[in-house]
Amino acid sequence: MSYLRKVLAIVWKDVRAELRTKDILSSMLVFAGLSVLIFQFAFDLRADNVRLVLPGVLWIAITFAGVLGLNRSFILEQDRGSLEGLLLAPVDRSAIYFGKLIGNLLFIFIVELLLLPLMTVLFNVWLLSPALLLVVALGTVGYAAVGTLFAALSINTRAREVMLPILLFPVMVPVFVAGVQAVSRLLDGDSLADIVRWVQLLVAYDAIFLAAAMLLFDYVVEE
Amino acid sequence: MIYVSKLIKAFGRRPVLRGIDLEVPAGQSVALFGPNGAGKTTLIRIIAGLSRLSSGQVLLGGQDAQQAGPALRRYIGFVSHNPLIYDNLTAEENLLFFGRMYETPELPQRIDQVLEQVGLAGRRKDVVRTFSRGMIQRLAIGRAILHNPPILLLDEPDTGLDQQAADMLRRLLVELGSGDRTVLLTTHNLERGIEWADRALILNGGRVRFDALTGELGGGHFRRIYSETVGGL
Repeated sequence: MSYLRKVLAIVWKDVRAELRTKDILSSMLVFAGLSVLIFQFAFDLRADNVRLVLPGVLWIAITFAGVLGLNRSFILEQDRGSLEGLLLAPVDRSAIYFGKLIGNLLFIFIVELLLLPLMTVLFNVWLLSPALLLVVALGTVGYAAVGTLFAALSINTRAREVMLPILLFPVMVPVFVAGVQAVSRLLDGDSLADIVRWVQLLVAYDAIFLAAAMLLFDYVVEE
Repeated sequence: MIYVSKLIKAFGRRPVLRGIDLEVPAGQSVALFGPNGAGKTTLIRIIAGLSRLSSGQVLLGGQDAQQAGPALRRYIGFVSHNPLIYDNLTAEENLLFFGRMYETPELPQRIDQVLEQVGLAGRRKDVVRTFSRGMIQRLAIGRAILHNPPILLLDEPDTGLDQQAADMLRRLLVELGSGDRTVLLTTHNLERGIEWADRALILNGGRVRFDALTGELGGGHFRRIYSETVGGL
């Protein structure tokens, strides 16, 4: 219980600060919205090609907007050395990881909740089916799990904002491939049962990287 | 309360601490002096558990600081020139958050008490980014003492403070240092450090070069000792 209370205290702190500044959400939302609009113009998305390109556009918007949020969430910890304040607390450091992860997930989910209806309207393709939401949610969990770990790692590097995508994107390839394939098949009319292998891949990725990140976080943040 | 034995710390091949032995009994205030790069901050960070040692031993209250679990961190309050607080939270929210992390009992009452102690009760609802440097440092001290730790580690707590803020910090530290609390602080201000502490140590080249009770030292006398100790190497 004590562990959970501390995880929730970190989430509370991140949400409270974000409600006051809207630093993370505003930059993620603007970036996601703009990138979707740019793709709309760049590929001249029409009824005949939209289903082909849309899954990629969706995951690119989520990924790029997510990087902004992941970076910001740890830069705010670094500004006044407050990450050290967290590390000094009598709590297992995995609780810090999970607290930051849940906060990051929350912000990315909020962006997705606004992005998916926006894309549904813009491209006239229904993106709010339960199966598609499940695939997006599973992919997001894996993305945030690895992203939170790497954001903590890159925060102490000189080119911290560039370093995160360089570290993160290669590791995210399985999520992108599974996510794009699953969304693409769902848009083609397949059911969840038809894409179960991609869903299993996402679940396995989430489980492996959540466990690995939990074990590695202590080493990542230690001097 | 703090026991350091044969402590060595190297960053890569560069040794920073070359065999520190130090014993600070409960209730004693120790000022650690030395030039930049002497290893003061590294020593304090190792004792705080923020940095790993290369070899040697650090005991806090008889427990090995490197081996013990997170619960040992409850013994320590840490203040550095970085305040370790959140700019976008209010003073009260910062203390509420850290109080939850330390599971401080009767937290609302304790927050009231600490805010009074550091003179920020009137600004409790204000966001920290609107605070002056002195106020931020007072809140940082409030954060460090919120859980009532028996050991207080202060790494250059007076950096960037004007005279008035430094005087307030001195009053606060005298109050905090009374009783059984052990205080280890670093500062570049020799007079201030001598005034604050019961004992003075000079660290240079990763070793303790001088160790004496401050009662035996006058300000001018200590300045001469410091120059000889640091300059003679």
